[in-house]
Amino acid sequence: MFKEILKDKFAGKALIILIVMYVCIACANFIAPYSKDFSDRNQAYAPPSPVYTITEEGKLSMPYTYNYIRVFEPKLYQNIYTLDRSQKHYLKLFVKGEQYKILGVIPCSIHLFGTDDGGRFYLLGTDINGRDVFSRLLFGGRISLTIGFLALFILFPIGLLYGGISGYLGGWVDIIMMRFAEAVMAIPSFYLLIILASVLPANMTSTQRFALIVIILALIGWAGFARVVRGMVLSIKNEEFVQSAQTIGASKLRVITKHILPQTTSYVIIAMTLSVPSYILSESGLSFLGLGIQQPDASWGNMLKEAQEYINILYRPWLLTPGVLIFIAVLCFNLVGDTVRDILDPKGKVR
Amino acid sequence: MKLGKFILKRILQTIPLLVIVSIISFFIIRLSPVDPLAELRLNPSISQETLAKEKARLGLDKPIIVQYGLWAKSFVKGDLGITSNGEKVSVKLIERIPNTLILTLIVIFMTWSVGVPLGILGAIYNKTKLDRILTILSSVGMAIPSFFFAILLLIFAVKTGWFPVGGLTSYDFNDMNFLGKFFDIAHHLVLPVTVLFTLSLAGLQRQMRANMLDVLDSDYIKFARAKGLSENKIIFKHALRNAINPMITLLGFEFAGLLSGAALTEYVFQYPGLGRLILEAVMKSDINLVMASLMIGSIMLVLGNLLADILLLITDPRVRG
Amino acid sequence: MKLLDIKNLNLSFKMENGVFPALYDVSLSLNKGEIHALVGESGCGKTMTAMSIIKLLPKNAIITSGEIIYNDTDILKSSDKELRNIRGSKIALIPQDPMTSLNPLYTIGNQLLEIIEKDKSLTKEEMREKCIEVLELVKLPDPKNKLDIYPHELSGGMKQRVIIAMALASKAEIIIADEPTTALDVTIQAQIMKLLNEIKKEFNTSILLITHDLGLVGEYADEISVMYSGRIVENARKDEFFNNTLHPYSKALMGALPANTNDKILKTIDGQPPNLQEEIIGCRFSPRCEDCDITVCQELPCLKEKTPNHFVSCHKV
Repeated sequence: MFKEILKDKFAGKALIILIVMYVCIACANFIAPYSKDFSDRNQAYAPPSPVYTITEEGKLSMPYTYNYIRVFEPKLYQNIYTLDRSQKHYLKLFVKGEQYKILGVIPCSIHLFGTDDGGRFYLLGTDINGRDVFSRLLFGGRISLTIGFLALFILFPIGLLYGGISGYLGGWVDIIMMRFAEAVMAIPSFYLLIILASVLPANMTSTQRFALIVIILALIGWAGFARVVRGMVLSIKNEEFVQSAQTIGASKLRVITKHILPQTTSYVIIAMTLSVPSYILSESGLSFLGLGIQQPDASWGNMLKEAQEYINILYRPWLLTPGVLIFIAVLCFNLVGDTVRDILDPKGKVR
Repeated sequence: MKLGKFILKRILQTIPLLVIVSIISFFIIRLSPVDPLAELRLNPSISQETLAKEKARLGLDKPIIVQYGLWAKSFVKGDLGITSNGEKVSVKLIERIPNTLILTLIVIFMTWSVGVPLGILGAIYNKTKLDRILTILSSVGMAIPSFFFAILLLIFAVKTGWFPVGGLTSYDFNDMNFLGKFFDIAHHLVLPVTVLFTLSLAGLQRQMRANMLDVLDSDYIKFARAKGLSENKIIFKHALRNAINPMITLLGFEFAGLLSGAALTEYVFQYPGLGRLILEAVMKSDINLVMASLMIGSIMLVLGNLLADILLLITDPRVRG
Repeated sequence: MKLLDIKNLNLSFKMENGVFPALYDVSLSLNKGEIHALVGESGCGKTMTAMSIIKLLPKNAIITSGEIIYNDTDILKSSDKELRNIRGSKIALIPQDPMTSLNPLYTIGNQLLEIIEKDKSLTKEEMREKCIEVLELVKLPDPKNKLDIYPHELSGGMKQRVIIAMALASKAEIIIADEPTTALDVTIQAQIMKLLNEIKKEFNTSILLITHDLGLVGEYADEISVMYSGRIVENARKDEFFNNTLHPYSKALMGALPANTNDKILKTIDGQPPNLQEEIIGCRFSPRCEDCDITVCQELPCLKEKTPNHFVSCHKV
C-alpha cells in the first residue's frame, strides 16, 4: 500500500512530508537548538534572527548571525530589537548545547545546529516568554501530531465493540444502545469537548492532563463510528460464514470479534486515516481556547493562543507558524487518507 | 395523511432522545467537582435571598437523581435559573440563539448554493483538469483550522479597514434606520460567514461529487440514456435529485458541525452567538448557563436532524414506504 | 429483410496497462419481425455488442472498425442528436435488471411520459391515455392507478412490464432485450418471454435477445448466434442450429442443458472463459476444447459457411 500511495502525485508527497514531520518531532531534542522550557525574559517577542553569508565588507563568509539588544522606545511605548553588530556569532552544525537524554536514558548535548559562544539563534523568533518558537514547534508537534492517533486507538476498539454488539444482538439491546449513541451524537461535539475539558481539575501534572484530553477526544467520536460499524455488522451477520460459525456453536463474543469485525477492516483503516485530521484540529482548537494542553507545555494550538492579540498578528507574524503547520499536517493527512480510500475501496462502497 | 403520520411519529421519537441527552449532560456537569453556586456566592451583588432560591431550585442537598428531576421540571417550565451575574439564563439565551441561527443558516444556504453545483461539475468532468483543481481546492479548504483562518481574516480586516473587527453591530447601531441596521449586520457577518463557508463548502462539494458519480454510474441513468433523453434532462432531472437526497440526511450533521465550528469562529470574532456564550460560561464555571446552552445546542441539533428527515420524507418516496 | 446489419465490428478497451480487444469482427444481422438470440457465457461480449447498436458504451471502450447499418445509415457515424432520436424511439432497450433501471424518485407515469412526449402532436390528455394503453398492452393490472405510483411499489416482474411498455410506447422497430429475465423468478420469466413473443407477432418488432439460457432460445428464437470470447463462433437458423450443431463450444453448451444429458451428472464445460487481457494463440476456445488439435488450431479460424446459411468458425468442422 505504501508503494501505491507514493506513486500518487499528491499523496506521495504528502506522505513524505508527514514522515519528515514525524521524524523531526521524534528527534526534537536533537534538532531543536533549545529545550522547550528554555526562556530568556529579556528576549520576549524577538523577531527571527537574520542569517548573513556576506559580510559588511562584501566578502563571502560562513553563515553568521548577531544577537539582539532590546531597547525600550518611549515614543511607541514598546520594546524594539536592534542587532548587536559588535560580535558575529557563526552558525555551526552539531554544536554543544543544553543537555537532553536520548530515549530518556542516554545523556547527550549535541544539537543539529546552533551558534557558538553566547550567541542566540532564533530561527522563527521568540514568544512572550522569550522562548524559541522553532524549538517549541518541534516539541509542540509531539503533542499535536500524536494526540489524535492516541485518541483513535482508544475510540476505535470501543466503537467497534459497541457497534458490533449492538448490531449482532439486535432487538431491544440494539435499540437501547443505539438510542444512547444517538443521544451522544446529538450533543454538539465541540460544546461537549469544551465542557469536558473545563471539568478537568487545574492541579494535574502535564502527563495526566495529556492522558485525560486523549480520553475526552475519544469520548466525542466513538458514537458516530459505532453507528457505522453497527450498520455494517447488520449486513454481514446474515452471511453464510457467520451462520456457519454460529451452527458450530461459537460464542457470541467470539462470532463478533473473530468473524464479523475483521470484515470491517478496510472501513476501519479508511475511517482512521480520514479522522486523524479532525482530532488534530480538535486538540488545537481546545488548546487555542486554553482548555487543552497548558503552559509551559507546548502544543500547536496553545502556541497560537498568543496570536489572538492584534498587536501580535500585525507585528509578530512568526507567531502564526503553528497554524501553518497544523494546516500542512491536516492537508497531508487528508490527501493520504483519500488515496488510502481509493486503494482499499475503489468502488466507493464505504462512506 | 400518511405523510403526517410519519412526521408525527418522527417528532415523538425525538423526545426520548432529548431526555437521554439531558441525562448525559446533567451528569457530566454535576459529577464534576465544581460547586454550581460558587460563582454566584462570590458575586457581591447577588442577594442571599436569590442564592437561597437557586439552592432550593437545584435541590443541592438532595440525591443527584432528585436533583435531575428538579432540574428537568424547571427546564420544561422554561425556568433556566440565573447566570453568575444574576441575569436570567433564558433571557441571555433568547438574545444569543438568533445570532447563531442567522450565522449558520446563511452559511448552510451559501454552501449548498455553491457546493452542489461545484460537486456536479466535479462529477461530470470527472478526472479532468477542472475536477482535479476542485479536489485540490477542497482539500485545502478542509485543512485550514477555522480559528487560524479567522485570525488571518482579522489581520486582513485590521490592515485594510474594510471590515469591522468582530462583533455583530456597530456602536451607533441603535441610531440607524432599518436599512442601515441591515447593512451594518451584513457588514459584520461577512468575515465569520467566510470562515464557516470555507470550512463546510469543501466537505459538501466532495460529498456531492461522490454521490453524483455513484448516481451517474447507476442502471437507471444508463437506462435513461438508452431512452434517448437529452444530457440536460439526464443530469438535471434524473441524476440531480438522486444525488441530493443522501445530502439531505447530512444536513443535520452539517448543522452540528457548524454549531461546533461556529463556537471557535464566534470566539475569535467576538461574535455574540451561542458558541461564545457557552465558551464564556465554561470559563467562568457558570453551571446554569453551561447546562442550559448545552441543552439548547442539542435541541437545535435534534431539530435540525428532524427537519432534514421530514424534508427527506417529502423528497424521497421510498422513505414513505 | 435485414433491418439491422452489424458488419465486422471491432471494439477494444483502454486500460491502465494497455489496449485490449473485446470484440473481434462481430457480424450480426436482425430481420424484420424476428427474434435473433445472441448466446454466450457472461463476459463474452454479448452486452458490448448490443450496446454498440445504440452506441452507449463505457468511456474506455473504443470502436476500432466496423459499421452498424440501420435504415441505410451507419449508426456508428451518427451525431449525438441523431443517436438520441434512434435511442428509445427506433431502438429500445430492455435492461438486465428491472429492479434498478427505473428512477426511484419519479412515478411510473412520469417515466413513461418521457418517451411519449417525444411525439409533440399529442395533447396532455392523449398522452395519458397512451400511457394507460401501453400499460394495458403489457398486461399490467389496473393500469390507471399504476401511473401515479413509484417503482419501489412494484414487483420485479411488473417493473419489467413497465419497461417493455416503454418500448411499446415508442413504437420501436427493434428491441434489444439484454437478459430480460435473469433477475426475475422462473414463473415470471416465462410470462415476460411470452409477452415479448406476442409483441413480436403483433407489431412485427425485431428483437435481439441476449441470453445465456439455451432453453429460452429453443422456444422463442428464429435465428441464433453463439458468441465466445468476443467472437461469433456459430450462426444459423434455429432448427438448423439445434439439429446440426457444429461448433464444439455450441455442442458443449447444448450438452450442459439438463434435458440433453442422459447421465445423472450434469455436464459442464471445464475451465473459465479467457479474460480480455489473456493472450491465446489461435482459436480462443482451444484451451477448453475437447476436439482441439494443436497442429491446426494454432491458427485463428474465421467464420465460414459450412452448409447453406450455417456459419461456423472452427478448423475441425
